[in-house]
Amino acid sequence: MEDEKDYALPEFDTGEKDNSRRNFLKQSTLLTAIALTPGTAIKAADMRVDEKIAEAFEKMPVKLEVNGVAHNLSVEPRATLLDILREQLDLTGTKKGCDHGQCGACTVHVDGHRVNSCLTLGVMASGKKITTIEGLAKGDELHPMQEAFLKHDGFQCGYCTPGQIMSAVACIREGHANSEMEIREYMSGNICRCGAYPNIVNAIQEVKEGGHAV
Amino acid sequence: MKLIVSPFTNDTMTNDTMTKGMSRIDGRLKVTGAARYSAEFTPAGMVYAVLVGSTITKGTIRSIDTKAAEKAPGVLAVITHINSPKIAGYRVEPGKQEPAKGTYKLFYNNKILFNGQPIAVVIANTFERAQYAASLVKAQYIADTHQTKLAENTAKAFAPEGDGKKTRGIADAWKTAPVKLEQEYIIPSETHSPMELHAIIAKWDAPDKLTVWTKTQGVQDTQDGIANIFKLPKANIQVNSKFVGGAFGSALQVWPHEVAAILAAQVVKRPVKLVLGRADMFTSVGYRPHTWQKIGIGANADGKLVGITHEANGQTSTYEDFNEGPAGVSHSTYACPNVNTIYKITPLDIGSPTWMRGPGEATGAFALESALDELSYALNIDPIELRIINNAETDPDNGKPFSSKYLKEAYKLGADGIGWSDRKAKPASVTKNGWLEGYGMAVGMFGAYRDKASARAIMMADGTLIIQTAVSDIGPGTGTAMVTIASDIMGIPADKIRFDMGDSSLPQAPSQGGSSTTATVGSAVYQACTDLKENFQKLIGNGGTDKPDYVAVLKKNNLPKLEVTSAVSGGPEMEKYAMYSWSVHFIKVLVHPATGVVKVDKAVCVADSGHIVSPKTARSQIVGGAIGGIGMALMEEVIIDHRYGRLVNNSFADYHLPVNADIPQIEALFVNKPDPYLNPMGAKGMGEIALIGMAAAVANAVFNATGKRIRELPITPDKLVGMENLLES
Repeated sequence: MEDEKDYALPEFDTGEKDNSRRNFLKQSTLLTAIALTPGTAIKAADMRVDEKIAEAFEKMPVKLEVNGVAHNLSVEPRATLLDILREQLDLTGTKKGCDHGQCGACTVHVDGHRVNSCLTLGVMASGKKITTIEGLAKGDELHPMQEAFLKHDGFQCGYCTPGQIMSAVACIREGHANSEMEIREYMSGNICRCGAYPNIVNAIQEVKEGGHAV
Repeated sequence: MKLIVSPFTNDTMTNDTMTKGMSRIDGRLKVTGAARYSAEFTPAGMVYAVLVGSTITKGTIRSIDTKAAEKAPGVLAVITHINSPKIAGYRVEPGKQEPAKGTYKLFYNNKILFNGQPIAVVIANTFERAQYAASLVKAQYIADTHQTKLAENTAKAFAPEGDGKKTRGIADAWKTAPVKLEQEYIIPSETHSPMELHAIIAKWDAPDKLTVWTKTQGVQDTQDGIANIFKLPKANIQVNSKFVGGAFGSALQVWPHEVAAILAAQVVKRPVKLVLGRADMFTSVGYRPHTWQKIGIGANADGKLVGITHEANGQTSTYEDFNEGPAGVSHSTYACPNVNTIYKITPLDIGSPTWMRGPGEATGAFALESALDELSYALNIDPIELRIINNAETDPDNGKPFSSKYLKEAYKLGADGIGWSDRKAKPASVTKNGWLEGYGMAVGMFGAYRDKASARAIMMADGTLIIQTAVSDIGPGTGTAMVTIASDIMGIPADKIRFDMGDSSLPQAPSQGGSSTTATVGSAVYQACTDLKENFQKLIGNGGTDKPDYVAVLKKNNLPKLEVTSAVSGGPEMEKYAMYSWSVHFIKVLVHPATGVVKVDKAVCVADSGHIVSPKTARSQIVGGAIGGIGMALMEEVIIDHRYGRLVNNSFADYHLPVNADIPQIEALFVNKPDPYLNPMGAKGMGEIALIGMAAAVANAVFNATGKRIRELPITPDKLVGMENLLES
């Protein structure tokens, strides 16, 4: 056996020895801004007497318009748009594949632009219009891109598919679908491990060339 | 069971005919986001679990501080080896010895066996809170010296049980051949990396009754696995896995995170959801093992093989022996009188490997098919011609006739498809627009298997046919193929058929693996539909009619429905014939001489998979496997920092796999001739052969383009850089 060592991974020294989160709460400009915060509430949180009070102070109001429906939510600032969609709004069509903006499975449209919802905090999207895969079809009538993915079999397991489709729609809107090569390049932020890439490209080309409104 | 070759067409299929085929029956759910995967259910009161992984690679946990985590907001419990409830299946029977090897036991003791091993699970009322609290768990370790490097530990290698040495004819006979070579071939570890993170929701319905939604390739095998670990009656465990976001072999067993969630749900008495992070996916759910191989191969001047010696040494964990027999391909692929193989595995302080698409055959084929290509240049015989010269007319290992083998047809289809006649035999002799151009090909083979399975067929009063079986679908389009079979037999349109699966309470079906689902479950569906139709014929009387009006018959007999459950298993033909699927991959590459960048310019993949039941999804399966093989060839590599035994590239930014820009149009071609013996549809498997051989095809094309033989995957630019002189010459 080697010498005993502390093998824990290095940490950033925050200069706070105990419960930095609550210290942050007490000191934060956020709370200073909410001047009406009763001191007793902070004390209660500090004493851990009431988890609900602590929870309330950890949350912020957020207004999201998702697929045309307005939601007034109270979310933790650290909650990602992806987790809010999936865990709070039960819109599980938007997928978590990496949580690091590296796979594109979580792609949604924010004010019409494609974004990785895992790299977007919910609070950043406040007041914005979000479209998820659930909001793409018009009732029973599929969006042309959804139809094209079906026809060209642009998927196998289907897990990356919502992100691919949201990205594909944006790819055409952006004007980045003018050739097979350009589509491949501008769709490379969406990984498909089943390997449906050629079918995805064919689907996008068909929609582009079909002149459908996307 | 009576074997019937159904009257499907057997014309060769091309991309064009494929796109006209039936679309996926579950496609609409997938393109609208309505398909729910394992993490996407919300039983009442559900809470969230996050795992904490070991930061050392080998040693013991000296102490573990969970106080801060326990006090963090919303935290319900922190479970470690210290406070974990005892898991019944881990208990050693009185008077019995603890087995030396076996599946990893979660929270069993303070031993650390690999980096990232779960040492705690934190349960909280939101995901964010669980994740934050998990960061507060601090362990102190006593570290031991670890070993994670295969090349430095070969002295520990041993022959796995039942698959060590095997000799046909004379050992090392290749050495006596007039034309011969001996080379080493190395593959790194690769991860399955399905897009869906492994996830489970565990819910105890009673102290001895459990429901799980989990990512699995086999709901009933998972049911068995959980029953064994928690010592519960199998009937008390309900496993649901209706949609699986890819797996490629990573979901063929019950993993520690699944045990953690079930345990957590027991402790907090609420349903628990646990989703692995992407980094955990690299350490916690297996991988294709890093394997060293050496091939000695010799032939006469006419190309006839004299002998092959194939050695392989793959890594495994210290606690489990993983054996995938990579050298087996050298026994069965070609007619060669003398073949000897030696396979060993080396235990390292890394988590256990597992089956990954194509398993040992993919590893073995990279070595064998590269060596054969090298031999073709040494002999100055075209690589396709060399393979035809050594084509096995019967199974070279046992002399059994093949149930079907159309490899020669496949060579022709592929050669025409890629434009093989444009290939120049002399390496590095073609440049186009400043790039070197080359062609390569290689063969893949995989046993065609059939297991036992059951299916239920129910004809409802409204004319809807319901087919039920407990199979899982990881993406190939199982339901679409099953509905096609049912539609064909019953003579009703596919949109009148509902297919229920991914539920352990349905009729018996094996896990989806080993390219056997269509042969196995398809046979059960075929039989159930045949039996159901027969029952209708009996009701009609006088021999019935070939196209019964099911609705009218039910109405006339005052029946709300008619149902039948049929069980099938492989017949005696399995013993009489050697059964294999075959693929030939053809690749055209462009290599940039200055930077060493390899671009796959064109790929044509030909499959001899028997009759193609579901053309559109079959084509996608071949294309997808080919892309997996291109990843294996050009980019995929698990990198460990051996100083710490820790993975360096455990993310999609650092573990490179193919993206859209890397992949050209891929042509999938099918011989599409039925196998008369394996099953009544005449279908053979295709999931594995889609990938097997591809890495060698790419490496062979790179050699043809550059004259550089890369024997260690992946073929990254650093291995090729600096070939500007080739342009000048």
